[in-house]
Amino acid sequence: MKYLHLIWAGLFRRKSRTLLTLVSIVAAFVLFGLLDSVSIAFSAGNSVEGAGRLIVTSRMSMQQALPESLGARIKAVPGVTDVASANWFGGVYQDARNQVISFAVSPSYIDLYPELTLPADQRKAWMATRTGAIVGAALAKKFGWKVGDKIPLQSTIFPSKASGGQTWTFDIAGIFHAKDPKAAGREQMLMFHWKYFDENNAFGSGTVHWYVVKVADPAHADAVANAIDTLSANSDHETKTQTEQAFQASFIKQMANVGLIVASIMGAVFFTLLLLTGNTMMQAVRERTSELAVFKTIGFSSRSVLWMVLAESVLLLVLGGSIGLGVVALVIPGMAAASGGMLPIHGLDPRTWGLGVALMLIIGVVVGLLPALRAMRLNIVDALSGR
Amino acid sequence: MGTLIDIKGLSKVYERGKQKVEVLHHIDLEIAEGDFLALMGPSGSGKTTLLNLIGGLDSPSGGSISVGGQQIGRLGGSALAKWRAANVGFIFQFYNLMPMLSAQKNVELPLLLTKLSAAQRKRNAAIALKLVGLEERASHRPAELSGGQQQRVAIARAIVSDPTLLVCDEPTGDLDRQSAEDVLLLLQRLNREHGKTIVMVTHDPKAAEYASHTLHLDKGSLVEQVTA
Repeated sequence: MKYLHLIWAGLFRRKSRTLLTLVSIVAAFVLFGLLDSVSIAFSAGNSVEGAGRLIVTSRMSMQQALPESLGARIKAVPGVTDVASANWFGGVYQDARNQVISFAVSPSYIDLYPELTLPADQRKAWMATRTGAIVGAALAKKFGWKVGDKIPLQSTIFPSKASGGQTWTFDIAGIFHAKDPKAAGREQMLMFHWKYFDENNAFGSGTVHWYVVKVADPAHADAVANAIDTLSANSDHETKTQTEQAFQASFIKQMANVGLIVASIMGAVFFTLLLLTGNTMMQAVRERTSELAVFKTIGFSSRSVLWMVLAESVLLLVLGGSIGLGVVALVIPGMAAASGGMLPIHGLDPRTWGLGVALMLIIGVVVGLLPALRAMRLNIVDALSGR
Repeated sequence: MGTLIDIKGLSKVYERGKQKVEVLHHIDLEIAEGDFLALMGPSGSGKTTLLNLIGGLDSPSGGSISVGGQQIGRLGGSALAKWRAANVGFIFQFYNLMPMLSAQKNVELPLLLTKLSAAQRKRNAAIALKLVGLEERASHRPAELSGGQQQRVAIARAIVSDPTLLVCDEPTGDLDRQSAEDVLLLLQRLNREHGKTIVMVTHDPKAAEYASHTLHLDKGSLVEQVTA
């Protein structure tokens, strides 16, 4: 610690250059913090309630439909307490940019999600309205929808028999809320009756895209999942049953391998950072050759000089990295709020801090090692005479 | 006074690519404790090389150097660094102060290698700065001081750990006449009143007059000894 003022003085000997390098490090760690947070959010489990839910899809693909009649057989499997089904709808509101996450669901679907609350009178009204839909509070707020509104959605997949085109009309019967902020993403959803979808859908009937299964004991979820898959083994609609968390992870992977994207971007960013910071450190040591020689002349050992240069490099990375991650920690709550729950991030995860600090130390040592070795091997006589 | 520095058959050969250059040839020299020796000679005569060897900054190619009974030519890099920290104070032509540190912090540098507390380091540095007449400029950085003042800070840094030997390489080479005289008087005082043994390389015969002995080197050999 008694050398700290020397390390600090060395670091800020060229203020402009150090500050510019620091800005680059801050930018790199802001990017890392944001991307890693998104990656963690997408790979994380959903909620405590989700632990007791299984998702049943076709073994072939999520888009492959399953018979609606399978639901009753699944409900009869020991350990299953409730079953609901859903179809992906893929709605667009007014403009192609306004994608609405919309599902056609069986009546008990919302009962399997106790983390969502729907007032009893609205639920009753929904059940009584064939074209009724319930929407999440965030979605309703986004488009200014109210209970009683009639809204048109363009289906990107399913033609409507009633309209003779892609337009489906719904009556908003209720608005549901998420009890837990972790489930806030579900407030972006719209749900309507599967029966209306099935009758009005020009693409055939009697099928669903997935089942949601409530199990009595999450500890026996694997056995229940195997039993469900056995029901349709060797049929033309073999199923794949997995926990909700595993299902969400595979769903995101179908869209994009978030982890790979994050790793690729961060690899490029940190490689550039290595070159940039390495160059700064090399320059810093080169122009301080005579000063380092004076340290050695006075009696500082070669090893002390090596540690001082390494510490300077690590300090630069830790300083920039901490500011970068600090900025992310400040920004994330605002981003999550602005996304209306679509980004399920709740502050900077300790894993991101941990990985970030490890990266700061590793990059600091890597970029500092070469100039530190150069400083350690410095010949005093040559350095003092400017050779 | 006993002998502080005992040099026997000292030679130094530098290798520049494939070429070998013998800079010092079999030097025999004794310097008494408390002496103030000026080393003079033309450029390339080996003055600075001899000074570097005496100060333990370089190792000899042949012969031996004993300082205070310690054969410094046999010490390894780390041991030699410790020996320098404890026994030698260095004063350079261009002061070689740390530009980002105040005069006080520059003087404290050698004390960082000791077990002294921060308060003790500060106190000792203040005493050294007072000795060179710069206690008022302790908080100033080198760029805020004149050349003469910077050299006096460098002298304070050289004496703060109370070394036996001061090694000075052209200490007045970059100073005006008045500043040079102030610095030389200060060195003389350190020699006479504080008993420091001083070996000083200089081109300037007037500077050499402040020393008690002058040695002339030419082409790597001692040619003449003058006693003041």
